[in-house]
Amino acid sequence: MKKIIGIFAVIAIVGLSAFTTVSSGYKIGDIATDFKLKNIDDKMVSLSDYKDAKGFIVIFTCNTCPYSVSYEDRIVALDKKYASKGYPVIAIMPNNTDIQPKDNMEAMKQRAKQKGFTFPYLMDEGQKISPQYGATKTPQVYLIQKTTKGNEVKYIGAIDDNYQDAQAVQTKYVENAVDALLAGQPIKQTETRAIGCSIRL
Amino acid sequence: MRTLLVLFVVIMTSCKNETSPSTWHSTTDETSKYVAEPLEVYDFEGLKPFLETDTDKVYIVNFWATWCAPCIKELPYFEAVNAAYADKNVEVLLVSLDFPKKYDSHLKPFVKKHELKSKVVALNDMDSNTWIPAINPDWSGAIPATLIFNKDKRQFYEQTFTYEELETELKQFLK
Repeated sequence: MKKIIGIFAVIAIVGLSAFTTVSSGYKIGDIATDFKLKNIDDKMVSLSDYKDAKGFIVIFTCNTCPYSVSYEDRIVALDKKYASKGYPVIAIMPNNTDIQPKDNMEAMKQRAKQKGFTFPYLMDEGQKISPQYGATKTPQVYLIQKTTKGNEVKYIGAIDDNYQDAQAVQTKYVENAVDALLAGQPIKQTETRAIGCSIRL
Repeated sequence: MRTLLVLFVVIMTSCKNETSPSTWHSTTDETSKYVAEPLEVYDFEGLKPFLETDTDKVYIVNFWATWCAPCIKELPYFEAVNAAYADKNVEVLLVSLDFPKKYDSHLKPFVKKHELKSKVVALNDMDSNTWIPAINPDWSGAIPATLIFNKDKRQFYEQTFTYEELETELKQFLK
């Protein structure tokens, strides 16, 4: 009997831990929610504002994470390359600024100006959007394509395979994925994993 | 891989507290003007032996970085557990994910300043898309993250810990 209780306890513990580690949120093929978030120009931005877009490169990023900072120039480059082709970058800052004050709106405005952001940099006020997407860290990309079903998630993960050195990148995951969508081809790698800074909710 | 070899300083046999200048090694890195302490740096292949055991020890492996505020907050609990359970065959390993260019300016000074007693190593492996799921399929890549294992079982946690929470999890492994 003791043994059975023991087994049950183990199952319960494993079950509970599994529950806390398996991230909910979107999988490939899910329909992503639209949002209405404040941009650094104080205007509200929604995906539905972009009538002519074929999709979006939604990137959860922030000022304070070294991984995000390391990717800033590459995020700007992504927007320059793909906005005109129908896939603009939409950057969302997901952190709670009470916990992470250096990510506040004023700091976001400054950073965007310094780095010459050509895309919206939105505040996830109240931290409502990143949990729905299932984003856990910055930077994290959700590539979305407008389909008849809605805003369909096509790729989740890292921008490329080298967070330290843009020159040493071997695989440009996001570029490959957008190129595939533009060419009507299947995306070879739909999910990738990289280290990032935990989103502070 | 290339810079790894340069940065990799073997200190397996050298004593932690040896601070006399004669034991300091001059490094080939001219920029290391901050703290010239040795640091073990591994790629994932090199780290793997630290992530498994056939002994009776319980290992707590914490993935952290000096820039990661929630990691720094929980670090004292790992240090405390390491001290409190040292005689119970428990060992804490702190795996830093700091950028290599920050080893001398941030990581080494941090380890020194806080007098970390747990073993600290650095992981520098660009192929995170391979090694993150290899450590645990559910790991999104966010840190802090912690692995507890002995020779029979292992558990992975993508979360922060309080001392009590860490102790509770550890006790599952001490039975």
